[in-house]
Amino acid sequence: MAEELLTISDLTAGTEDKTILHDVNLTIGRGESHVLMGPNGTGKSTLGHVIMGDPVYKVASGKIVFDGEDITEKTADKRSLAGIFLSYQAPVEVPGVPLYTFLRTISQMRPELKMTPKNFRKRVSELAAQLSIDEEFLGRDLNVGFSGGEKKKIEMLQLLLLQPKLAILDETDSGLDVDALSVVSRAISSYMSDYNGSILLITHNTRILEHVDVDKTHVMTHGHIVETGDASLIATIEQQGFESYEKEAAAELADEAEGAPEGADAVAEH
Amino acid sequence: MSKTKVQDVDRSMYDFIKPEEGYERFEDGLTPEIVRAISEKKDEPDWMLELRLKGLKKYHEMSMPANWGPSIEGLDMDHISTYVSPKTEQASSWDDVPEDVKDTFEKLGIPEAERSYLAGVGAQYDSELVYHSMQDSAAKQGVVYSGIEEALHGPFEDMIREHFMKLVPITDHKFAALHAAVWSGGSFVYVPEGVQMEYPLQSYFRLNAKGAGQFEHTLIIVEPGANLHFIEGCSAPKYNVANLHAGCVELFVGKGARLRYSTIENWSKNMYNLNTKRSRIEEDGVMEWVSGSFGSHVSYLYPTTILAGDRSSCEFTGITFAGKTQNLDTGCKVILNGKDTKASVSTKSLSKDGGISTFRSSIVVNKHAENALATVSCQSLMIDDISRSDTIPAMDVRCQSASVGHEATIGSISDDTVFYLMSRGCSEDEARTMVVNGFANPISKELPLEYAAEMNNLIKLEMEGAIG
Repeated sequence: MAEELLTISDLTAGTEDKTILHDVNLTIGRGESHVLMGPNGTGKSTLGHVIMGDPVYKVASGKIVFDGEDITEKTADKRSLAGIFLSYQAPVEVPGVPLYTFLRTISQMRPELKMTPKNFRKRVSELAAQLSIDEEFLGRDLNVGFSGGEKKKIEMLQLLLLQPKLAILDETDSGLDVDALSVVSRAISSYMSDYNGSILLITHNTRILEHVDVDKTHVMTHGHIVETGDASLIATIEQQGFESYEKEAAAELADEAEGAPEGADAVAEH
Repeated sequence: MSKTKVQDVDRSMYDFIKPEEGYERFEDGLTPEIVRAISEKKDEPDWMLELRLKGLKKYHEMSMPANWGPSIEGLDMDHISTYVSPKTEQASSWDDVPEDVKDTFEKLGIPEAERSYLAGVGAQYDSELVYHSMQDSAAKQGVVYSGIEEALHGPFEDMIREHFMKLVPITDHKFAALHAAVWSGGSFVYVPEGVQMEYPLQSYFRLNAKGAGQFEHTLIIVEPGANLHFIEGCSAPKYNVANLHAGCVELFVGKGARLRYSTIENWSKNMYNLNTKRSRIEEDGVMEWVSGSFGSHVSYLYPTTILAGDRSSCEFTGITFAGKTQNLDTGCKVILNGKDTKASVSTKSLSKDGGISTFRSSIVVNKHAENALATVSCQSLMIDDISRSDTIPAMDVRCQSASVGHEATIGSISDDTVFYLMSRGCSEDEARTMVVNGFANPISKELPLEYAAEMNNLIKLEMEGAIG
């Protein structure tokens, strides 16, 4: 396995009143691509947000180590500057902040990118062309009034501009038409090949994966990672769905509940 | 770059105090003797002294505004000196301005702005103008930009007499009467018919003296077909006693003329800002207000536009930011008298740290204002849940063919937005500041670049330390 980039150990996390992730263990090596699959509402996006440091979620136990540093207690901006990127399922609209200004601001926060004004202009122009983004968009307010596909392309533009060490791609394929899907998919493979990028791709379908070489596949149900395998696991899931994993998890939960009759946490989720 | 460092440097931009040593300072309070002494200093025409004394009488007769806006109980005229002068002749070269005063305006960036993009500058320090200058090219076109007192001693005396406190009569309210009694300083601008001023004029008002009042009078006459952009800036260092600003602005916009009046107001948070601004627009004339209110402890500020001539129009674009200990009551008033007149009001208000921001608008459409059109839009952003924002729109429509619309929205900064921006590397402060700047952006876009930068800087200052 490649040098460890992200190591999540025994992570239990959730909101104030509900545990969503249970004892999650996950290791991603530098340059690797991991796919996290599972039914809707199972905690996949939560895991992405917890890795990014979303304050909505609290870590009850366990830790997250990134690039050799324990980041469990770090705020999202520190994690971002350390090299973690989260591409949102639904990127937020920020009125009055022109996209171009925003891109300039976030690239200036990273001296290692050596973005002189000239370099920046050139780079943004190239990326817009690569992603089939009309340059007119650069003058518009960040994500305001953009279609779902346009928003995802703008997320990819930021990914390629910032060149993070790890990209968490949360349902990046959802709501895309065939053309946009192809653009996004090529952006992801370009990120991996050109910058030795690592990805954690969160999805519940497999359409986007045809352009990406997958190193590992994880299956999550009810906040547990219940299976880890190689790329071939995807084909199995396509044939069989998540049903067998759901049953397994239900049985496991029942065991847990038996062992701890008062700790009704997990059972309550059903 | 450390945040603290930036904050320190920026604060010093406004918050520095110069000693008053050697200054002439009248005793606190308000008496006929003080009013006569001010008049005598200025060696002004008799009619002006009469007007002052009438103002003083009215001031004593009129009652404090009751049931209106924030309390001004902390303001005691017995503890306000109405006249403080740095004892210097008005200069037309910065080299002739006393060092401490010059240093003040240099810190505020005024001479630099003058060199780069202004056609003329007036600078007032406490009660007196210390500097006034205009480019020759403007003077050659017959433009007059000078201290109003200086103009009273020249060929424009009659014109000033015809206009002075006519739009804002001394009986208008108690502080208009006070202004009439003790006014000092301010600018007079005359733009002759058809003259297009390419670059703006700017007057900057600095109140340095503790426990003092500033009562400048700005009178602008834009003749038919002429065009002017006038910029007004104000600031003061912070003291632990009340200061008062009761200025008066009277603007006359002729037929087919256009005037833009931009203000960035950053009084310190011990200031009572009870300012009166009014404009009258003739046929086809255009008035544009751009107004940023960031400072003061209490503000009453409602610039008024009288659309007197047919097809005259006005646009009011304003932003008010009320932070800790601030209660800012701002808005605007438009009176539509002419046919086919148009008024468009767009404001943003922000409040944080328990600050109170109240927006009032008053739209009056009189019965002859056929086909008049007025729209009012007010957006508020509350940065935390201990602050307050109110919108009080009033409409009085007496013409059937008029069309009047109003919309208001109130919102807060969403956690999702803050997290999104943080996940791209912005600190929490930076993320919130970015959202607030974005909210204010439609207003700052209306300002000259340098002032937009100053406004963004003021927002940044307010936002730093917004996070506990």
